[in-house]
Amino acid sequence: MTSFWSLWIIVLTTITIVGLTWILFGNRKKEQRKTERTTGHVADGIEEYDNPLPAWWFYMFVLTIVWGIGYLIIYPGMGNYPGLIGWTQLGQYDKEVAAAETKYRAMRDRYLALPIEEIASDPSVRKMGMRMFSNNCAQCHGGDARGSYGFPNLADDDWLYGGNPADIKASITAGRQSAMPAWGSVIGEQGVADVTAYILSINGRDTAAERVNAGQQVFQTYCVACHGADAGGNPALGAPNLKNGIWLYGGSAEQISHSIRAGRNGVMPAHADSLSEDKIHILAAYVYGLSQ
Amino acid sequence: MKHEAIEKNVGLMIVLTLVALSFGTLVELVPLMFARETHEPVAGLKPLPALELEGRDIYIREGCNNCHSQMIRPLRAETERYGHYSVAGEFVYDHPFLWGSKRTGPDLARVGGRYSDDWHRAHMYNPRDVVPESNMPAFKWLFENEINPELTPRKMAALSKVGVPYTEEDIAGASAAVAGKTEIDALVAYLQQLGTLLQSRR
Repeated sequence: MTSFWSLWIIVLTTITIVGLTWILFGNRKKEQRKTERTTGHVADGIEEYDNPLPAWWFYMFVLTIVWGIGYLIIYPGMGNYPGLIGWTQLGQYDKEVAAAETKYRAMRDRYLALPIEEIASDPSVRKMGMRMFSNNCAQCHGGDARGSYGFPNLADDDWLYGGNPADIKASITAGRQSAMPAWGSVIGEQGVADVTAYILSINGRDTAAERVNAGQQVFQTYCVACHGADAGGNPALGAPNLKNGIWLYGGSAEQISHSIRAGRNGVMPAHADSLSEDKIHILAAYVYGLSQ
Repeated sequence: MKHEAIEKNVGLMIVLTLVALSFGTLVELVPLMFARETHEPVAGLKPLPALELEGRDIYIREGCNNCHSQMIRPLRAETERYGHYSVAGEFVYDHPFLWGSKRTGPDLARVGGRYSDDWHRAHMYNPRDVVPESNMPAFKWLFENEINPELTPRKMAALSKVGVPYTEEDIAGASAAVAGKTEIDALVAYLQQLGTLLQSRR
């Protein structure tokens, strides 16, 4: 703040306090005199008393003024004057954060030094992890980590990008971007229907038998690169296993057809910029523990 | 001055009331209008691109700010949950600002990049699909309505009149940038950039 505005605030604040004090004391009636008993207002014969302010009320006013002056001496309020105790909003915040750091950092660092497999069943890790999960993960993966349409279930033992501790930690830290292209224009509606039939057949579901062979041909041409020749998926690419009956985007024929036709591009956001490594470690341990 | 003189003269009473009321404004508000902190944009702040700007107008139209604040206070409980506290320099191009004052839903000041686009779409189509306990309304019409590209350049021109530094090219390219986009495209684009300039690990 420039010294002009600092002075502006100081002068106006002082005027306000002095002015209010003057109004309060200037209007004070010591005691009630007979001649001034009423204000002189008469309405239908009803007169209005002109009593002094009740003493408790008057002294409350005085107290607020004294309080205000005291506040302005101790805390920053008068322009650039920092106040006796040097309080600032950000100073208080930094202190709060630093206190929490000293309190929790050592504990989290202790867990960071231990392998995830070891701490996954630790009760306090599970407790901390659950809170972090509620705040950072539950919006997509659900409070019970069972996911929903388009958002993977983390509580089962099927993993898109691998379920060992290092994979989970990598998923949280750097995020994941799946890239299933839209095949509709490449293989045509017929191709989509054929591949759908093939996918249903390898899941042991009833489907038009004449299409399965054609579908397998198309699958072997276009889909194997990611999903593998046996449709078992590839965690390095995030390509799901297509024969275990677990469907991220629904397992009806229509939903499978739509996934093939229009592609799927699920995104797991990266958390490296928002969560520190020790927290990601605990979170990974919690998630790992869910399926153990 | 007799009390009676003020009570019986409305003009005088108005003048004195205004004087009494103006002190708070003069002391607390006027100096901020000239303070550097409230005028200087944070590093990297740019006026919203066309699609994001339209998204912001949808945010306003649907009244998102009635339930979601965009203001993280410097309290640990808030920064732990939402990220770096908000600073004045982030809002210098906001007309009007959308800080809000009520959190029926969470603060959105740093929601950018926190969820995927798909999540936002699913959530806006029916919040219960992704957050079962949510009481947020569904906004299904956003998926059908298209942005009117004729209005976008005019909105930008209006904003540049109040000091948002849109360039001639920004305004010239605005219609093309939003043509054919749905309202949900715009809203998600707006949400995904919110608060991304200041990051802090927590």
